[in-house]
This record gives sequence, structure tokens and C-alpha cells, in this order.
Amino acid sequence: MNRINRMFLQIRKRKEAALIPFITTGDPDIATTEALILEMDRQGADLIELGLPFSDPLADGPTIQASSQRALRHNINAKDLFGLVKKVRKKTDIPLVLMGYYNPLLQYGLSAFAKDAATSGLDGTIVPDLPLEEAKGWMAVAKPQGLANILLVAPNTPADRIRKIARATQGFLYYVSVTGITGTRTELPTELSQGLNGIKQLTNKPVAVGFGISKPAQVSMLSAVTDGIIVGSAIIKLIEAHTIKKGNDLKAGPDLVKKVGEFVGELKKATKTGY
Amino acid sequence: MNKSPNNSGHFGLYGGRFVPETLMPAITELDSAYRKARQDAGFKKELNQILKHYVGRPTPLYEAKGLQEAAGHEIRVFLKREDLAHTGAHKINNTIGQVLLAKRMGKTRIIAETGAGQHGVATATAAALMGLKCEVYMGRKDMVRQVMNVFRMELTGAKVIPVLSGTQTLKDAINETIRDWVTNVGDTHYVIGSVVGPHPYPMMVRNFQSVIGRETRRQIRQIAGCLPDVVMACVGGGSNAMGIFYPFIKDQGIRLIGVEAAGKGVETDFHSAPLAVGSPGVLHGAMSYLLQDRWGQIKGAHSLAPGLDYPGVGPEHSVFKDSGRVEYVAVDDEQALEAFRLLSETDGIIPALESAHAVAYLKELAPSLPKGSIVVINLSGRGDKDVATVAELIKERAD
Repeated sequence: MNRINRMFLQIRKRKEAALIPFITTGDPDIATTEALILEMDRQGADLIELGLPFSDPLADGPTIQASSQRALRHNINAKDLFGLVKKVRKKTDIPLVLMGYYNPLLQYGLSAFAKDAATSGLDGTIVPDLPLEEAKGWMAVAKPQGLANILLVAPNTPADRIRKIARATQGFLYYVSVTGITGTRTELPTELSQGLNGIKQLTNKPVAVGFGISKPAQVSMLSAVTDGIIVGSAIIKLIEAHTIKKGNDLKAGPDLVKKVGEFVGELKKATKTGY
Repeated sequence: MNKSPNNSGHFGLYGGRFVPETLMPAITELDSAYRKARQDAGFKKELNQILKHYVGRPTPLYEAKGLQEAAGHEIRVFLKREDLAHTGAHKINNTIGQVLLAKRMGKTRIIAETGAGQHGVATATAAALMGLKCEVYMGRKDMVRQVMNVFRMELTGAKVIPVLSGTQTLKDAINETIRDWVTNVGDTHYVIGSVVGPHPYPMMVRNFQSVIGRETRRQIRQIAGCLPDVVMACVGGGSNAMGIFYPFIKDQGIRLIGVEAAGKGVETDFHSAPLAVGSPGVLHGAMSYLLQDRWGQIKGAHSLAPGLDYPGVGPEHSVFKDSGRVEYVAVDDEQALEAFRLLSETDGIIPALESAHAVAYLKELAPSLPKGSIVVINLSGRGDKDVATVAELIKERAD
């Protein structure tokens, strides 16, 4: 069984929500990303989303855009990401999902990308600019490799469309908690739990919520109504704050990994208090 | 007439809807509202009234005798005078159509991206005319290059928002406008300025701009008694080219030539010629030819003409490139500058630097044409906005 499915089964048994941190691969460098994966795993993260940096991330807010740009200073590409995953796979069994825009997959070659992603030890992909209608080609080559392709729904997605997307998604269903780009809200909309309950009536698959979640209190509130909680921009902001400029280059500050680890630990604790 | 694209917005291999899920309801709604409006005689009538009495259509088809003489080789050269449309470029044909549609859909806020500022001005103008709130995203670099257009937008009541991300030009202005739309999709319509973006935009903008080619057909028949041998237009995103080409697509005998911006040369990293030297990929919601590196990162574009400074191109142009129906060529900054000055001198018409690219190719083309050939060039915009840039360049060289 796929690592993602296995993880959600355990999470449901333990009656908590999965904590899913997002970081950009290579921000500020690959060695830091490796250290972060291992530290976040130790601090209780249940699944990690690894961003593949892209020049034009149109579903992302300024925080993740800047993070992408920092990674692109070193020309981080898919091969670097696969190499990193291969390396950390020897040390951890945590589910790892690549989050990346479609064009880099397309230029790599879809079949080659699926094969290399699976071989490296990745468990799935999230491609935010690949809605159901356009995702068929990618899913057809990803599935035989055992890669889950995780699809997204939004608060404005009509019910019949949610049903279709929920049927097609693999691993879990990604619910965009607010209509908008990543990392732009400080408070969650009150309709959120209503929206989530609506979705849960349409599917039995695990549902994870992302976009705009930054505080343990929000995580605690949400863990009562969802299977997973994705935190991206808040972690990226911490990384940014602990990155130091060294000449023309960027380097991880001495506390970066520790600080992110502590934050992830706090968030994970909050996923257990929602019941 | 419009079997292309198919219902999911694909033009063969190209086009499509590569957008975040949040936008799917909006573009589906737009698609069905547009299809309904097209069938509605009332919508057509209102649009045509505005195009006639407000925009000033039909724009003239003018035989440019001076340019003709300069080109030599006994050919006839006609200019489709989109520079004489209200606001000074063809962009208004599309913005009037889209803002009228947005109003029918009950949207109260209009957003747009702009490169040269021509589309921003045309959108702000249409929004002012129809009483809708308007905000325009513009790269900070472009705001500096096109100060006058920024002020024109502000005068017509629009807010111009500087884009500081990425290359600070059109590509990043589009990213930022999409982000706004994703966030405010309920009350907002995004007026895309070219035949790019997710379906239905490439189809809808093509259809609104096709008025250029329809008029040209009628006018050239009246003046010359026959159809032209060659139709030429510059290609950035490709809306003025698509507008004049589309009504001639089925006339296999007519050569259609799209002129991209070679900038400092297609062999350098400073050009805007994805059809000449790019490769297919996905940007801004559609599959089309792009400037990109081997890992799929989008490369920055360059052209002296800010309206051509874009690393992508409309998906239907990609189809026409592959099928060979349209010939795509590229002329560089220097050639465009030369044509800018030439047409100003020969016929007293100062063309936009964008349109000057199409004029420039005449010099290369003319010697190969049979005597008596009729060439139509889409003069997509006027050059007032570029006068400061050109004056500076001329001064630099004199020093």
C-alpha cells in the first residue's frame, strides 16, 4: 500500500489530523531542505510537500513566490529534487509529495518524470495548474508507477464537480480553504467547517485543508473537521527570517532548522487537541 | 466558422485550461455567458453601435503611396489603420466586447494586465464608458517606459498597480492579475488583452478582433476589386495578427505573415520570438510555443516594443505555425526603429513600435513579390506612446 494511504489510515485510527508542512526544495539550499525534512519528520510531521520551484507560480502568494525565486538562484530542478528524495528515503519513511507547476513536468517528459519520481521514493504529486480535465495524461503515466496525483477543490467548486474530482483524486483530496492564493489570510473564514462538512458528505477519501493556515489555534480548530492540515507560507516565512545573506549568496542561519522544527512540533501537538 | 477550438478549449495540441481549480467555475461561467451573448442579436447590436459611434469603426484601409514607393518593386501597399481607432490601437475592439459581456454577467469590477499600456488604456476606457470599477496591473519597468499611458489610465478613473515581482514586465503583470482574479473571482472579470490565456479567452479575443479582418476584406474588394496577396501583422501575444488573419484563413492563396520581435537577435537571449525559436509548453493557462529553458522555467523576453515583450504567444498561432498556414518571421529592434522613422517620413504616420515590426518586414519581402502584388499591413497602433523612447535612442546615438 502507498505510504500516503497507510498514513491516513493510522491518522484516522488515532483520531487526529495529519500535519502536512510545505517547503520549497532548495530554499535556501538543498542541504537545508534535507535537514528540514528529517527534522520535521522527528517533530511529528505526517507528510511533507516538497515544492519544485517555478519561475511563474501563479497560484502562489508573495511568500512562496519569493521562496521559489531563492531556490532558482541555484537553478534547482527536478533532477535535484529526485536526488534529494533518494537520499532522505534511506533515513525516513515519511510520505513525500512533490508540489509543482505543470510546465517543468511537461518539459522533463511526463513518462520519464513519473518513472524518476517514483524511483526516487516520492509518493505523489500536486500540480496546482492541472485541473481534472487536463490531468488525464499525467495521471495515466503516474498511476502505473504507484504515484498518487492529488487533486484540488475550492470553496466555489460546485457539488457535482467535487464528486468527480473526489472520485479521481488519489491519496487525499486537497481542499483550498479560501478562494485565493497561498498565504494571504490571517483568519479562517467561518464557512470553512461548513464547507468541509459538505465535502465529507461527498467523499470518503481523506481531505486535507490548505491555503492560509498559520497558527496552532487554527490547526486545533480544524483538526476536528478534517483529515489533514497543510501549512506552507507560515513555515516559509520562518525559513526566510532565519536565512542570512552571505555576499551574493543565501545561507541557512544557525537556528533555521531548529526553529522550523519547533514550529512544526507545536502545530503537530495542535492536531491532537481538536477532539 | 468556429469549429476550433473544441468544447474543452483545445486547438489541436494547443490551448486548454491549465488553471488553478478556483478559476474553473469562473472560466466555465465566462464560456457559457460568451456563447449565449454571441447568439443574442441585442448584444451584437449594442457592440456594433459602440464600435461604430464610439470607437470609430470601420477604420480606414489606406494605400500608403509613400511607403510603396520606398519599397519599390511595383507593389501596392495598404495599411489597415487601427491606429485611428479610439485610444490609438486595436486593443479597444476586444475591451469593449469583454466589458460589455462582464456587465451582462453582473460583474462590478474589471481587472486587466498591460505591457505597453495600450490594453490598459483600452480597458480603463471601456470601463469608464460602462461605469465599472477598473484596476490595471503593470510591471514597474513598463510603467517607467510608458508614463503617458499610466496617466491616461488614471485620468479615465482606473487604478494602476505596479508589479514588482519577476521581470516586472507583461509576463509578471499577467501572473499578478490572475492572482487577483483567483482571490476576487465572485464580482470581478479579468479582461485579457490578447489571444492568450485559458479557454475561452483565445477564442473570444480572436472573435472580437476579427472585425479588423472582416472590414479589410470588404474594403480591399471595394478599392482594388480583389483580395490581397499578402496580409502582414506583428505578433506579440498575437491579437492584432489573429484579428486580421482569421477572416482570410480559408483563402489558401493569400499569404499570411506574422512578424515577431527579434529584439537584439534571435540567436541572443534578448528577443520575443517564441514561434521562431521557442518550443511548446504551458504558461498562463494554455499550451503554446514559449521561451523556456530545458527545465521548463520561463525565460524573460526582450523587445524595444513593450507590447511584444512577452515569452509566449496565442495557442492558435502555434497551430498555424505547425500547419504552415501562417509564415512567422522576426525582425529586430534596429529594423523596427528604421521602419518607425520610414513610415513617419514617407506617409506622415507615426506607427507604434509594435506595428513598425510588420512595416519593417516589407523591405525584405518586397523584392520577392510579383509586380502588382497587393500587401495589407495591419497598422495596429499609433506611435505617440513611443516618441519619448525613440527620441532618447536617437539622441544616444547622436552623442
